[in-house]
Amino acid sequence: MTDTGSPETASDTSSDAQEGTWANTLAAVEQRAQTDIGRRAMRARAAVATSLAGGRTVISRLSSMPPLTLRQTGPQTVYLVSTAAGPLGGDRLDLDLDIAPGTSLEVGSVAGTLVLPGSGESVMAISARVGAGAALRFAPQPTVLAAGCAHRLVVRLTLAAGARAFWREEIVFGRYGEAPGRCHARFDATYDGRPLLRQEYTVGGPAIDASPAVYGDARCIGTTLITPPPATPPVVTPSEAASEAVVAEGVAVLPLAGPGVLVSALATDAVALRRRLEWGEGIALGSLAGAARPT
Amino acid sequence: MAVNPALLLLTDSRLPAGGHAHSGGTEQAIATGTVHDLASLAAFLRGRLHTSGHVAAALAAAACALGEESSRTGACAQPWPEALGASRAEALGTSPTRSEALGALWILLDAEADARTASPAQRAASRTQGRLLLRVARRLWPSPTLDDLTAGPDLRCPGALDDLALAVPNPHHPIALGAAAHAAGASPEDAALAAAYHAITGPATAAVRLLGLDPVAVHGLLADLTPDLATTASDATPYSRPWAELPARSAPALDLLAERHAGAKVRLFVS
Repeated sequence: MTDTGSPETASDTSSDAQEGTWANTLAAVEQRAQTDIGRRAMRARAAVATSLAGGRTVISRLSSMPPLTLRQTGPQTVYLVSTAAGPLGGDRLDLDLDIAPGTSLEVGSVAGTLVLPGSGESVMAISARVGAGAALRFAPQPTVLAAGCAHRLVVRLTLAAGARAFWREEIVFGRYGEAPGRCHARFDATYDGRPLLRQEYTVGGPAIDASPAVYGDARCIGTTLITPPPATPPVVTPSEAASEAVVAEGVAVLPLAGPGVLVSALATDAVALRRRLEWGEGIALGSLAGAARPT
Repeated sequence: MAVNPALLLLTDSRLPAGGHAHSGGTEQAIATGTVHDLASLAAFLRGRLHTSGHVAAALAAAACALGEESSRTGACAQPWPEALGASRAEALGTSPTRSEALGALWILLDAEADARTASPAQRAASRTQGRLLLRVARRLWPSPTLDDLTAGPDLRCPGALDDLALAVPNPHHPIALGAAAHAAGASPEDAALAAAYHAITGPATAAVRLLGLDPVAVHGLLADLTPDLATTASDATPYSRPWAELPARSAPALDLLAERHAGAKVRLFVS
């Protein structure tokens, strides 16, 4: 992959033209992956959909394809169970989540994702649509970038007005004592057809990674998008009014311009990262206000 | 390509638009010790340019391109349904006029800047600088069409800066910079270059003042980054609507520094 960070995602589903761009993106990524195949690359698509039955959430669709295997562990909970190593370079994994209006879904994972090298770039594309009055909690274990990997993570989160989301991402730069491979992560969230949060993280260029402006001496980065903050009414304010950030060592709780809060954390190890994120999430959710700051 | 002289004015630190009051996180990086000498400052500037500088460059280029597009679309009262795409035009009403469509587009581009700026302190600093720059630029490059009495009332349209000021009185700085660059006759790539340059020169100057570094050595760091400025400007320019695809490179350390700085009791710079 290149490090130009050229984004190839379109995230506003309200426009057919942008849908077309998204499809083109996937086609382009696929084509590129195919040209790089040495071993037989894995293509997998998994999907979860909910529906409302008698006022309760029912998981109406649960489709898996190795190595992306989904297991239902509760009435509205599914876990990703990795049934093969990887992803390896050249693999292309797609996860689609469709949360119908008024329903809830929680997605976790049994173990972290270890991204390994292979021939070409590995791609993990996650697309989630959350309907009005629906709630999605997405909190898998971290993605670990093994040495030599070339990974692209593409997340598109489309929230209807009145949708609630808790979306956590953690990226670990290499296993213990290991320099990471390369990764380009793009995250796009829209709320009611308007841009809410767009972020890109590029890992694997030492000169930029170690910059005190970017990651400094951190080896793990994490973010949690929480929307809307239950503590405050979901009002869209175009100005910077009424947005008090909270900051502690390696973590900041950032009220967005739109209806949502981003918890952003940096740490030297995955345990500290999770501790910082959870502290920030607690602040954001209004349940841990005044708790001791993490060290 | 010859340099547009207006670009020199726009990027000059003597432009009275309040840029000198902002260090772009440098003051806090020095306070916390992560920037403490020439080498750490060099790494800070390089990281800043390739993340928030790159995003600012792309936003400025998009704003300049929107200014160009607006000056080609004819009379303000004319319908311009294709400007927004079918779904948004529908939301606005059957057939938005040029003025309505442009207002909606400036608001949308500004919202794209918001979505790329998670830190409230950075949004506030960007909007403060954008408002000041917009005010200065409207006086430097007033819309000619407003004073053109030969044009009929239907043809008398505000310029891009007026459109922007009407739709977003306190725009993000790169949006104001792009609109100003267009008003001054510069290209989107010029606008991107100005934004990329702005992303590192203010912080570099702040570091000279705060750390007492040799000003020539610090300018040497900026000179080392000139090839990166050129590639940033050209990489940031090819994006057109829909702006969803614009770069969104994040710098989590800058977000933390900005919020820490906003809460600091003693500070020399606003940001």
